Amino acid sequence: MNPANYLVLAAVIFTIGAVGVLVRRNAIVVFMCIELMLNAANLTLVTFSRLRGSLDGQVIAFFVMVVAAAEVVVGLAIIVTIFRTRRSASVDDANLLKY
Amino acid sequence: MTAASVAAVAAAAPITHTRPGESAVFYLLGAVAIVAALGVVFAKNAVHAALALVGVLFTFAVFYAMQDAPFLAAVQIIVYAGAILMLFLFVLMLVGVDSSDSLVETLRGHRIATGVFGLSFVVIMVGAIGHAITHASAVGLTSANAVAGGNVQSLARLIFTTYFWPFEVISALLIVAAVGAMVLAHRERTDRPSQPELMRERYRREDLVSALGHSAPGVFALGDSAARPALLPGGAEDLDSVYPELGGSAHGSSAPQESTP
Repeated sequence: MNPANYLVLAAVIFTIGAVGVLVRRNAIVVFMCIELMLNAANLTLVTFSRLRGSLDGQVIAFFVMVVAAAEVVVGLAIIVTIFRTRRSASVDDANLLKY
Repeated sequence: MTAASVAAVAAAAPITHTRPGESAVFYLLGAVAIVAALGVVFAKNAVHAALALVGVLFTFAVFYAMQDAPFLAAVQIIVYAGAILMLFLFVLMLVGVDSSDSLVETLRGHRIATGVFGLSFVVIMVGAIGHAITHASAVGLTSANAVAGGNVQSLARLIFTTYFWPFEVISALLIVAAVGAMVLAHRERTDRPSQPELMRERYRREDLVSALGHSAPGVFALGDSAARPALLPGGAEDLDSVYPELGGSAHGSSAPQESTP
């Protein structure tokens, strides 16, 4: 097996995550699909780190994980706040800025 | 030629083919990861989507471990599967697990357009990457990991030297995120009883009076005004407990006294 095959798998997972973001309406599931995309990017970083024989990719993947954790915390807090006022976690219902 | 020098030569040579064990695990867990990722997207129940996401995260942890990144594999399981997934499930339970998606399309042709986009994107990406990596070879991380005596030590050396400022900035980001989540998720409770209401409720209960037999001196307040003097053990009012401005005789003055109602 070519050691770069991980890149193909990461591309497939990234696409699945992107399709999920576009298709799903439940804001929490949309967030899970964003996590899929972030993980695919992380796998790409780790694979390139191995291909090039340098650890910088792993350090950046570590930073991406930290940013993902912060993003999930704030995003879920926003979802909870929207759910309190509108009693819904669907992204279609949050349309106050529409008109 | 010693065993160490043989290992050094083997490590220096570029890796064009992975070991058979890694290939087998890659194809097996790659299929598992794709199926679990499709499960995240297409599961009707949001809790099932979260459980499928756990599967994806664990397979990715195995991929990291296979690619000489044991630290990231551990962090993946601890941070993602441990903390972030718990947060997801917690919010799901808070919001309600029955908040499933509506099947009505708000944009016409939305699903078809998404399908076309996804298919074309995956074809372009896989085609381009597959064409580019046909003769790819990996340098391998054996020498990079040996710089400081191991993967974790080498990563730590990088984080605390080259990437020191990004590390500091990202720690500030974490603190800001934690404070922001508290500010966003906090709600002021308005239905809480005030302190005087709590006190009246406490003294209205019969069992307190019956347990003492009679009202304890200085405890059984008849009002919560600051002008009301405390009761002495004999039942008399202690006017020294009230400020003279309010009719008491505190600080030694003998001001006019308020009578018991």
